[in-house]
Amino acid sequence: MAVATSRSSVTFGEAGAVLALSAGLLLCIYVAANAADSVMTFHALLAAAAAVGGVAAIFSRYASGTRDLRAEIDGKPNYNWGPVKFATIAAVVWGVVGFLAGNILAWQLAFPALNLDLPWTNFGRLRPFHTSVVIFAFGGNALIASSFYVVQKTCRARLAGDMAPWFVVLGYNFFILVAGTGYLFGVTQSKEYAEPEWYADLWLTIVWVAYLLVFLATLWKRKEPHIYVANWFYLAFIVTIAMLHLGNNATLPVSWLGTKSYIAWAGVQDAMFQWWYGHNAVGFFLTAGFLAMMYYFVPKRAERPVYSYRLSIIHFWALIFIYIWAGPHHLHYTSLPDWAQTLGMTFSIMLWMPSWGGMINGLMTLSGAWDKLRTDPVLRMLVVSVAFYGMSTFEGPLMSIKAVNSLSHYTDWTVGHVHSGALGWVGFVSFGTLYCMVPWLWNKKQLYSLKLVNWHFWIATLGIVLYITAMWVAGILQGLMWRAYTGLGFLEYSFIETVEAMHPFYVIRAIGGLLFVIGSVIMAYNLWMTVRHGEAEVPAAARPALQPAE
Amino acid sequence: METYSTFAAFAQTWGLVYFVAIFLGIVAYALWPTNRARFDDAANIPFRED
Amino acid sequence: MSVWAKHQVLEKNSILLLLGILFVVAIGGLVEIAPLFYLKSTIEKVEGMRPYSPLELAGRNIYIREGCYNCHSQQVRPLRDEVERYGHYSLAAESMYDHPFQWGSKRTGPDLARLGGKYSDEWHKEHLINPRAIVPASIMPGYPFLFRRELDANDIAAHMKTLRLLGVPYTDEQIANAEADLKAQTMPDDPGAAAVQARYPKAVVREFDRNPDRLTEGDALIAYLQMLGTLVDFKLYDNKANFR
Repeated sequence: MAVATSRSSVTFGEAGAVLALSAGLLLCIYVAANAADSVMTFHALLAAAAAVGGVAAIFSRYASGTRDLRAEIDGKPNYNWGPVKFATIAAVVWGVVGFLAGNILAWQLAFPALNLDLPWTNFGRLRPFHTSVVIFAFGGNALIASSFYVVQKTCRARLAGDMAPWFVVLGYNFFILVAGTGYLFGVTQSKEYAEPEWYADLWLTIVWVAYLLVFLATLWKRKEPHIYVANWFYLAFIVTIAMLHLGNNATLPVSWLGTKSYIAWAGVQDAMFQWWYGHNAVGFFLTAGFLAMMYYFVPKRAERPVYSYRLSIIHFWALIFIYIWAGPHHLHYTSLPDWAQTLGMTFSIMLWMPSWGGMINGLMTLSGAWDKLRTDPVLRMLVVSVAFYGMSTFEGPLMSIKAVNSLSHYTDWTVGHVHSGALGWVGFVSFGTLYCMVPWLWNKKQLYSLKLVNWHFWIATLGIVLYITAMWVAGILQGLMWRAYTGLGFLEYSFIETVEAMHPFYVIRAIGGLLFVIGSVIMAYNLWMTVRHGEAEVPAAARPALQPAE
Repeated sequence: METYSTFAAFAQTWGLVYFVAIFLGIVAYALWPTNRARFDDAANIPFRED
Repeated sequence: MSVWAKHQVLEKNSILLLLGILFVVAIGGLVEIAPLFYLKSTIEKVEGMRPYSPLELAGRNIYIREGCYNCHSQQVRPLRDEVERYGHYSLAAESMYDHPFQWGSKRTGPDLARLGGKYSDEWHKEHLINPRAIVPASIMPGYPFLFRRELDANDIAAHMKTLRLLGVPYTDEQIANAEADLKAQTMPDDPGAAAVQARYPKAVVREFDRNPDRLTEGDALIAYLQMLGTLVDFKLYDNKANFR
């Protein structure tokens, strides 16, 4: 069964991949030649180039003779770090790009001349570029990298397949490229966080199925009887995102050779589908997946097992069951029927409990090791991310209460809430994970500079604080101004007066965002120097099992 | 409409009971004293690496 | 042999876990979404709703392309200040032909659900070209390129056919005349203008961008903006009958 080490023979996977890529190349050339619009031509040519690149990569890897597909070497798993390294680098690069795009948007809101009034630089096209790049390109690559890392380590088995993991990683990044360039050229479904058009969606579906299969097949090879809880969260993330993606992107293209399609659902049903998807993109992409990181990297970095493994089991089932219901809180007081709004609100409030259960589990893992926060800025970053998780999962249920929502909805309070979760929780837990993973992946003793991590931590934290406080004030002020009446019973402010009032807060927010971008550049530099100039790790003896902190 | 009311009534009664039962089942499973050793062992998986 | 048997059980466990997850996450969506498709009270009974005219549809696609929904909602909530600021609160029926919906989630700019007829075409044109020329404190981007670009909508009939497959009740006649109607809606003196209004009641026929030589993207977008929220006849709307 085990794949032979013979470096001369071409594997079945390699031959199949070359064949599939060649067939894909022909299809792309046909589409490019007959496309209904210029963006489709561009994307087909991009795909053709990617197919050629893929074939070239397979041949060059084969020719170099460096591949070693054995499952084990001398009784130890022959871990497959190539795809993990690629996704790790992609996460760092996309992160800087996405944060920068967001910061440009922030400055555009403060100084609208920065839109340049060109199609591809205007806010409306750049905003989905920002959200997709930070969520799917930065977050997605961090998730794929860390899930492939954690599943191998906790199963003590090599990643299943040889071509498949590479297909997942490269195919996913190609999806990002198509989606991102599409937005700038005006190709969008206009469904928030699901803007890519039908052909990009279809491609992502194929990639995602491959992702699920690689992950599952690696679980099947595991040497531990128990599946470690981090993998539960990764699995829930992969499976649920697949379900949401298919439901929300049901669409009919106008032409099979054109970019434009129409969503199958209309009006109120489409709205419900959208926020069932949208809120669970938060719940399963930005929460479940990153909780998996928390459950592996916090214990690992603190060098003690998770506070309560039993709490993690309850946390898992309660979280995934309740989260999926919360979508309608995005549609309070809209034309969505009241019964659905009430359900959404009820479950959103209930969600507070599993969220805080998870937070407590993460934080208490450090009990007895709190002193490490003083000396290890990476662990500090991870712990602060969990604290931000606790804060935004308290704020979320609060904002889902209809009375609060009537004030907060449509304002910058929502933007602030999202960013306390996105920058504080998702950002920091990913940074912590990247700081852990890079030295481990590239066999380095430690990071190039812990001092720089410290700088990153403080600059980014200051940035987040500026960002979210500015948005709180802006959002609440705006909400109150919209509903303010004069003594004579007239609306007190015109809409444009409420826009003018936002200006100082938009400037503060943009400064906060800029600090966050600077932090991420420091991280990119630090990780780059770690890979290039870090001191090599000497293989260490297996560590003894540790006692729980309970 | 008829089917809807039937389903809604079912969900609001038996559905609720069912989910409370499942939740209690999970809690019991997680906290059951004899399972403790297994879970403590599982918690150490990240430290048993090659 | 025993190792093999054990291995199989383990494989089953991960599949069990997968099925358990799927079961748990499927419920919420089913309960919240499925009833919306067959509970008749979900979409109110109203007078006046019709599918978009070809020009309005083309304009709507430009609205989507430029990402207007990122800053403008199309959903007036039944709150006192919103009804006074924007007009009657939005009904589900008003977006029943919207593939996709455009309710939005943020009001960096004002709600547009009842924009139609509030401003003149000239206002819209100047405002779209340079928002700050009309509203000095505006932070909206300018869209001068819309008025330089020819509207590319030769395939508008194909778009309408696609929408018909998804349930929008376009008639054969509407689809057969799609291209002619698209052009005629900007030509008030053309004999086709009356036909547009017969096929699409309440459709506004005007030279929207004040440039009779060209049919621009600006024409289409303004045609769409000028019809927003104007279709339903609220004199005939029975609020109590549609209580839900």
